[in-house]
Amino acid sequence: MTDFFIYLLILAGSTYLIRAIPFVAIKRNITNVYVRSFLSYIPYAVLVAMTVPSAFYATGNLASSVIGLFVGGVFAFRDKGLTFVAVVSCGVALLVDLILTLI
Amino acid sequence: MKQYLRGLRLGVPVGLGYLSVSFTFGIMAISLGFSWWQAVLISMVTLTSAGQLAGIQVMVNPYQYVTMLVSQLTINMRYSFMSISLSQRVSPSFKGIKRWLLGFFITDEIFAIASQEENVDPKLFLGIATTPWIGWTLGTLLGSLIGNVLPQVVMCALCLAIYGMFLAIVIPPAKKSKPIMIVVIISAILSCIFYYVPLFSGIPSGISISICAILSSLIGAFLFPIESEVSKND
Repeated sequence: MTDFFIYLLILAGSTYLIRAIPFVAIKRNITNVYVRSFLSYIPYAVLVAMTVPSAFYATGNLASSVIGLFVGGVFAFRDKGLTFVAVVSCGVALLVDLILTLI
Repeated sequence: MKQYLRGLRLGVPVGLGYLSVSFTFGIMAISLGFSWWQAVLISMVTLTSAGQLAGIQVMVNPYQYVTMLVSQLTINMRYSFMSISLSQRVSPSFKGIKRWLLGFFITDEIFAIASQEENVDPKLFLGIATTPWIGWTLGTLLGSLIGNVLPQVVMCALCLAIYGMFLAIVIPPAKKSKPIMIVVIISAILSCIFYYVPLFSGIPSGISISICAILSSLIGAFLFPIESEVSKND
């Protein structure tokens, strides 16, 4: 059990410090245009790297994942909100999964 | 208070997404032999997806402290870049102890939401972070207690929620900005190479995500440096 708490300390502590230290340390505005540009592209690049291609296998079935993501993507392209797109993606994937188990 | 409430509203979709993702985490923790309170405690004080999943797999074996530290640092390296990026967008009042306390909440999605704001006020940021933190904790609790009650097919579909949310964050700005579109495409191609090319497929996903994001953003910064204040992408 002490083992669990030592592990928890390392897990939570390292995750916290890697977030907090740079946030506290960088006080000035970065003026270098390349660094600024790099930092502004990071959020989108991270999200896409997490999504492609892992999301294609998220439901355990390639067809339902890809169709769910595609329909969600179409609504995202039409500027629908986060919750709406998330719910549509899940709903469509569930529908495809159900149809696939029936046939 | 007004800022806090506005943030609260912005964070709701992330909270819902987290509810479903952490539900899966709760189930996995139980299946590895953890008790429900351990799973919930891990979620409450860590608040990260990939890191926790890797973490509980290390915890199963005793005395792997160095492995735990090294794997967490590599998986979570991306947070440092987000923290630096966010530090450029905060209001002047966001300093000192507020940064120490609220820095805890910098996750991919909370960061992505906050990045859409011109001037991130501490109250706004706390508002954005509130429902995601509750959702992450509550989802873990529910998953560890009642995970095996839900039909498999519903469970599976829920796993897509977080990715649907990502699409809604990335696609609208990518549609409007050619540089973002190109960065996103490069990142996707790199990520596929890491996933499908056998030589790279042994690399833990936390590390490959960092490499893809850093490389594609570097290429983007050199090809399309954003001049002066036109760095807002809305």
